[in-house]
Amino acid sequence: MKTRDALLFALDSLRGYHTRTGLMLLAMAIGVASVLLLTSLGEAARRYVLGEFASLGTNLVIVMPGRAETSGGNPAVVFGGTTRDLTLEDMQAMARSPGIRYVAPIALGSAAVSHQDLSREVPILGSTADLITIRHWQMAQGRFLPKGDVARGSPVTVLGLKVKEELFGSRRAIGEWVRIGDRRFRVIGVMASEGRSIGVDVQDVVIIPVASAQQLFNTQSLFRILVEARRREAIPRVIEHLKQTIRKRHQGEEDVTIITQDAVLATFDKILQALTLTVAGIAAISLAVAGILIMNVMLVAVSQRTTEIGLLKALGAPRRQIIGLFLTEAGLLSALGAGLGLFIGQLGSLAIGYFYPALPLGAPWWAFVAAIAVALGTGLLFSLLPARRAARLDPVQALARR
Amino acid sequence: MIQLTDIQRIFQVGDQQVHALRDINLHVGTGEYISIMGPSGSGKSTLLNIIGLLDRPTAGHYLLDGQDVTTLSEEQQAHTRREKIGFVFQFFHLVPRLTAAQNIALPLVLAGVPEKEREEKVQKALQQMGIANRADHRPDQLSGGQRQRVAIARATVIGPAVLLADEPTGNLDSTSGHEVIKILEQLNNEGLTLLVVTHDESLGRRATRRIHMMDGAIVQDTTQTDSTDAP
Repeated sequence: MKTRDALLFALDSLRGYHTRTGLMLLAMAIGVASVLLLTSLGEAARRYVLGEFASLGTNLVIVMPGRAETSGGNPAVVFGGTTRDLTLEDMQAMARSPGIRYVAPIALGSAAVSHQDLSREVPILGSTADLITIRHWQMAQGRFLPKGDVARGSPVTVLGLKVKEELFGSRRAIGEWVRIGDRRFRVIGVMASEGRSIGVDVQDVVIIPVASAQQLFNTQSLFRILVEARRREAIPRVIEHLKQTIRKRHQGEEDVTIITQDAVLATFDKILQALTLTVAGIAAISLAVAGILIMNVMLVAVSQRTTEIGLLKALGAPRRQIIGLFLTEAGLLSALGAGLGLFIGQLGSLAIGYFYPALPLGAPWWAFVAAIAVALGTGLLFSLLPARRAARLDPVQALARR
Repeated sequence: MIQLTDIQRIFQVGDQQVHALRDINLHVGTGEYISIMGPSGSGKSTLLNIIGLLDRPTAGHYLLDGQDVTTLSEEQQAHTRREKIGFVFQFFHLVPRLTAAQNIALPLVLAGVPEKEREEKVQKALQQMGIANRADHRPDQLSGGQRQRVAIARATVIGPAVLLADEPTGNLDSTSGHEVIKILEQLNNEGLTLLVVTHDESLGRRATRRIHMMDGAIVQDTTQTDSTDAP
């Protein structure tokens, strides 16, 4: 029997029992579509988070005071228990490396910010002009902190959008004076509302020059030092340089923790990839269920078509050919179901993309391959038993019935 | 062309053994017209199935065209069945979703005959059966007589040596039954060996050789010349 004829014959019998065919197609399609949708959601989550981190700059190296054995471990270890402070002098010493493009300190505190009779307690961020470049932030109005001597604090401030609205409403804030703690600062800029930021909420913060912050909080210590390497490859060299500088300045002790954005990124990547695979595995169960359904319906089809099978045998079809015909039918069903599933999956993907445009949807290529392979695999595997049952049918008994 | 020697067929029903055929010895020459008659359960259908290679004898030998077919593998038997044997059933057994032409083409499709050659043969068979205008009708759009003619066309399209008919008129009214018998006899006149199993005495009497069976054995085997014009 020719392949083309076998395909046509199988197609004919699929058309002959359209309810059965339709139901099986649906089961297969739902299985395949769910594999695709769930993996593409998982992938989207992964890409979204990676994108978030990448927007902070992948060449970023973060220096924190205190020695933590595991990076990103217990926050108490990171924040407290500092033996030696990180200072502006440390930072200036660090900056002297050819591999480093920008350095920005962060001093963090909290103080009341007031304008006329409105007052609010907000986090105060002390930093320098390079911070905006390193964090890729945008200004809504005015400008960011001015460049100049890091050690000299000038009485200027940049407000987060929310802080600005709470203190000034819709009135113009640039050029106005606000009181932070017991000092007066002139507003020189307002941050744009930053949708993509992790950690600090840029809308709800007040930024002042780092020296002013140190005076305000009466401390020399810095919360973080952000370092941006010129190139990704330069990061290891930069880290070595930072450690050496610290050892030299801290009497031979390396009492800082250095985190690279890369390491964080890689960890998140791993976690989210595992998540995607898990979700895909769950979806694959629905494909297996579809496979069992195919087996069920195929078994029914065999008993429904007993006389036809008997006839085929009487017409000289050997067992092998009958198994072949049933498997062709199952393969065709699975392939059509998988095709339909791909279509539904893509449609669903488009729909989700329409409602949540921020999610970078799109199933990875392996999800397509896996979905189709599993669909065909289960379809054929679960049809083997019915096909063999059909082939073993006794033609005499099969033809004795009407 | 058919030589059965000491054929036995025993069915196991529960813990009882049923002798469907006992020591059948039968020789059928090429071009013979044989009717097999007998009451229900006399073994006539079993005999037909064994001749048609649908069933294997428990003991004995079956030579078809000089070849011992009882020892063939399942696949070889299927092949022999396809090439040499045609079946016509009481209930036609047409595939309901296929048209008359597609039903007739089925054995050719299974044999892997190229489409062009297939079409020619199917057309010829349709013409021969006088149902060329019904080629694209499905079985449920055909009368009983037409359905049986499609079935005969299907059984003969590959050019078998033997045609085995199991109650070919059993499900037809007398007019179309008569037509079907006429066609079968016509094919026999053209050289096809014809074996008809029937209850119907008047149908059985038309054959040149009549075999009567009882309890799995041949009890009477008469050859009568010049009987085709019997009523």
